[in-house]
Amino acid sequence: MSDLPGIHLVLFTFLAVIAIAVIRLKDLFAAVMLMGIFSLLSASLFTVMDAVDVAFTEAAVGAGISTILMLATLALTDSEEHPAHNRFRVVPLLAVLATGGALVYATFDMPRYGDPSAPIHHYVAPHYLEHTDDDIGVPNIVTAVLASYRGYDTWGETTVILTACVGVLLLLGGHAVVERFRRTTPGQEDGE
Amino acid sequence: MTGTGVLGAATIAIVVCMGLSLIRSIAGPTVFDRILAVNSFGTKTVLLIALIGYLSGRPDFLDLALVYALMNFVGTVAAMKFTRFGDLAGVEDDDSEEIF
Repeated sequence: MSDLPGIHLVLFTFLAVIAIAVIRLKDLFAAVMLMGIFSLLSASLFTVMDAVDVAFTEAAVGAGISTILMLATLALTDSEEHPAHNRFRVVPLLAVLATGGALVYATFDMPRYGDPSAPIHHYVAPHYLEHTDDDIGVPNIVTAVLASYRGYDTWGETTVILTACVGVLLLLGGHAVVERFRRTTPGQEDGE
Repeated sequence: MTGTGVLGAATIAIVVCMGLSLIRSIAGPTVFDRILAVNSFGTKTVLLIALIGYLSGRPDFLDLALVYALMNFVGTVAAMKFTRFGDLAGVEDDDSEEIF
């Protein structure tokens, strides 16, 4: 984005600082909170790069759900880290460096950010852009793709997400709700 | 042009504020410092997205900023509940707080 030349750099610096802090901190609660900030920052970065739907998903899943799941785990276990191995190891470092190097090398083959001749812009996108107005008749093309062109796909996803939500809710809060109901029901019967 | 200058200055100020709450969330000695830092960082994210929307001439980012604000609030409440009760369904043991 040409209006804000330095904003990518600043946000990436924040991301790197948070990543190092998460690794260095022994207090796992603080690490979970920092991971929440990490997700919010990634979401801002995606927004700045015009990937608004990705940013939205990142904020909901990364900053919302996974923070809650991590906190739920911490509530059941210890929130202090006790590393078993503190000594420096060469092989894992080499493996990480090699993987990172391969990933960076792979980015050289990717089309430049915002390149209009990238393959992704020449597959089905032009068809959607040209025909959405006639086929569907809604102004937002992303909505048309999600709700109509890929309607069955979205329907299946929604079912999966609803099932997952119900399962997670039962796992996280179901027991406490049932217990509270059992405790309070006799009191209500006495009052009648 | 003056409007862009004001928005740019505000963006820089917000980014500086983000840095400050980042420092607090890393350094913060207690749990509540960190929760407050994350909450404040979320608010700064909302403001940053709104400002970027107006700077790049796309004020429709404002909807996204509003949804972030809601999510930030819900997330903070959930974090507080976990800190206080250890689960999401916890309420005070006080009888006046019963939900059924």
